[in-house]
Amino acid sequence: MAVLSPSQPAPARSGRPPRPPRRVGFSQRLGRWDVKLSPYLYISPFFVLFALTGLFPLVYTAFVSVHQWNLLGGQGDFVGLQNYVDVLNQPVFWKSLANTLSIFVLSSVPQVILAITIAALLDQNLRAATFWRMGVLVPYVVAPVAVSMIFGRMFADQYGFVNALLGIVGIDAVGWHSERFASHLAIATIVNYRWTGYNALIFLAAMQAVPRELYEAAVIDGAGRVRQFFSVTVPQIRASIIFVVITSTIGGLQIFDEVRMYDAAGLGGPSKNWMTTVLYLYDVAWGNQKNFGRAAAVAWILFVLIIGIGMVNFLISRRISTSGPRAPKVSRSHTRVLLERARAAGSSTTTPGEDR
Amino acid sequence: MHRSTRPTGRTRRLAAATAGITTITLALTACAGGSDEGSGTGSDAEDGSGEEITLTVATFNNFGYSDELLAQYEAENPGVTVEHVTAARSEDARTNLTTKLAAGGEGLADIEAIEVDWLPELMQYPDLFTDLSDPELEGRWLDWKVEQATADGKLIGYGTDIGPEAICYRADLFEAAGLPSDREEVADLLGGADATWEDYFEVGKQFVAKSDSAWFDGATPTYQGMINQVMDAYEDPATGSPKDLAANTVVKDLYDQIATAAVDDGLSAGLEQWGEDWVAGFQNDAFATMLCPSWMTGPIEQNSGGITGWDVADVFPGGGGNWGGSFLTVPASGAHTEEATKLAAWLTAPEQQTAAFEAAGTFPSQLEAQASEQVQSFTNAFFADAPVGEIFSERAKAIEGAPFKGPNYFSIHQSVQSALLRVDVTKEQDAEVSWQGALDEFASLGL
Repeated sequence: MAVLSPSQPAPARSGRPPRPPRRVGFSQRLGRWDVKLSPYLYISPFFVLFALTGLFPLVYTAFVSVHQWNLLGGQGDFVGLQNYVDVLNQPVFWKSLANTLSIFVLSSVPQVILAITIAALLDQNLRAATFWRMGVLVPYVVAPVAVSMIFGRMFADQYGFVNALLGIVGIDAVGWHSERFASHLAIATIVNYRWTGYNALIFLAAMQAVPRELYEAAVIDGAGRVRQFFSVTVPQIRASIIFVVITSTIGGLQIFDEVRMYDAAGLGGPSKNWMTTVLYLYDVAWGNQKNFGRAAAVAWILFVLIIGIGMVNFLISRRISTSGPRAPKVSRSHTRVLLERARAAGSSTTTPGEDR
Repeated sequence: MHRSTRPTGRTRRLAAATAGITTITLALTACAGGSDEGSGTGSDAEDGSGEEITLTVATFNNFGYSDELLAQYEAENPGVTVEHVTAARSEDARTNLTTKLAAGGEGLADIEAIEVDWLPELMQYPDLFTDLSDPELEGRWLDWKVEQATADGKLIGYGTDIGPEAICYRADLFEAAGLPSDREEVADLLGGADATWEDYFEVGKQFVAKSDSAWFDGATPTYQGMINQVMDAYEDPATGSPKDLAANTVVKDLYDQIATAAVDDGLSAGLEQWGEDWVAGFQNDAFATMLCPSWMTGPIEQNSGGITGWDVADVFPGGGGNWGGSFLTVPASGAHTEEATKLAAWLTAPEQQTAAFEAAGTFPSQLEAQASEQVQSFTNAFFADAPVGEIFSERAKAIEGAPFKGPNYFSIHQSVQSALLRVDVTKEQDAEVSWQGALDEFASLGL
């Protein structure tokens, strides 16, 4: 700082009274830095911590992934992208990816729909509203491993509770551990059980912030409950929907506890029918192979994939939740163009916006 | 006037900026402090004086080391405090051990118990463990138990228990099916001293013809018993390199035999060991017999609450067999390896192992303990007062040695086990298709 401050030439005393060169003092400069830099300084603790606990592992994982690396033996030779090639050549990897996507779709989609519905119900005038609102959060408080163990028992093939119930209704027992789709459905149920209430509360909070006048206006316009929901509520809570969709995408692609606890071996079953990519990563790193290099490669592939899918559903959910006519694009250049056009047209004629 | 207001504004902002910087610094030093504290854990805190030391012993499940037993050591060795940590499942202990070994031994206990199943992966790195070989302890254990834990001439673990296998059976279900139910008669029925797997499956066919229950719990546990009798199942003992599974006729024959017995002959209850259905199967009379390493008597009793009729027969198809067993190791990174070695030797001495056997049913690997009066006369009330001490010592004598298990044993074994599960439990494939799947999996291991 001391280097920077005296760089200004000494003020000339000669007379040009109307416009003296502006003297920028150190205090002023400091003040300007303050305005510009302080906000970043204040939020920097998060980013410094993130760099330590998030960015460093990320980079280090990339480093591990280009080496031969055994859990116990440690770093081996540099192998370039061989680990990535190996992983991509493993049929189990692709199967785990398909399982992950299937479980993700089966969990996220019903979860968001169900959560919005529950939130809409909770948004009504209920007696003991706090009780009901806290009630939906209870599954979230239960440890995921405990939830998985209980559901694992319920979804047992031969002596399970669910199959017993189905038997009463006269439906044949479902092979929850033998049929691929059934196992995905069961695991998605466990995920949904845990997360639906949590998401419902986020939606509820957003719904309560929707101005009530909008509903009154809608009622006057003759909108029914359903129309109100789709034309007022959903567009108004758009931001929350995007938030929930993105968080549940990230969570959905990282499902681990539920599948790990779903059966005795915890490795996705004999045909790897419910092995997710994260479980595959775990098995490669800590299972029989103890191959950290390959596991790190899986981690990076998954990372890229999550970003990709996150972007895609960000775009999709933005489109879905923007209902009605599109809002005009607001950008500086656009405004400038409009202003110039208005000026060119002169003050006598109409300016945009006044003709309505 | 104008100027006079500025300095205050500046100072305030300066103060704010300083506060911001201080916050960051504080946050950073806080985490640095945290990590410092973290690295100071373990028992090396009191190092130096050599007087007061704490030794930690990490085990899993139930090793039978009671507080009284450890207190006895503390009393005999003043200045030593023994702490005992247990993991619920051996799998948890395995992850804990391997992860911490990978991290340079930080946070490991002074004595880490390991199961025979993880030995192959650890034996590749004998330097991570203290060499425990001691001329004075020669002849304490069964020879093959010592060989299992010896790598490059280094003994990395003292044997605790072994798992000699017998046959556990439901006397009440045998009786209902018109088979003899007395434990000597059952032993003879299954072939007595030279029982074979064919005998075992043949009696099974007679049984299932007259009963609603299956003969054994599942194909995989039974296959486990069969493969444990093959000395060089998946790898060449001389070189340690894996055999090509496609050309491994020994394994394929066993696979065909068990798949036929389990599915075609309908002897299997189609359960995956340790799964929810398997546990529930005990309550539902799902099966009448199962292969029974000595430690299995515990889980059977736990899962069979309210069921009476379990008994143990002194017989095992195909000769003797060992399933499981553990060791105590001393990680080389520990601060008190010498004292820890002494404690490990004491814990695995015949007297202590006998006490452990009485407490938890872990059958001793020590010759002297096996022959002791306490073990020989031990009976198990749940198994109709069967003389389990005597029976399992007999079964231990029938064990010819430990099969060779190299670094890739469990990867290959898992692919065959998965194939059997597809045939027997999920029934999604027939035996031939599923075997092809095992071969594909073997190929993808890239060995």
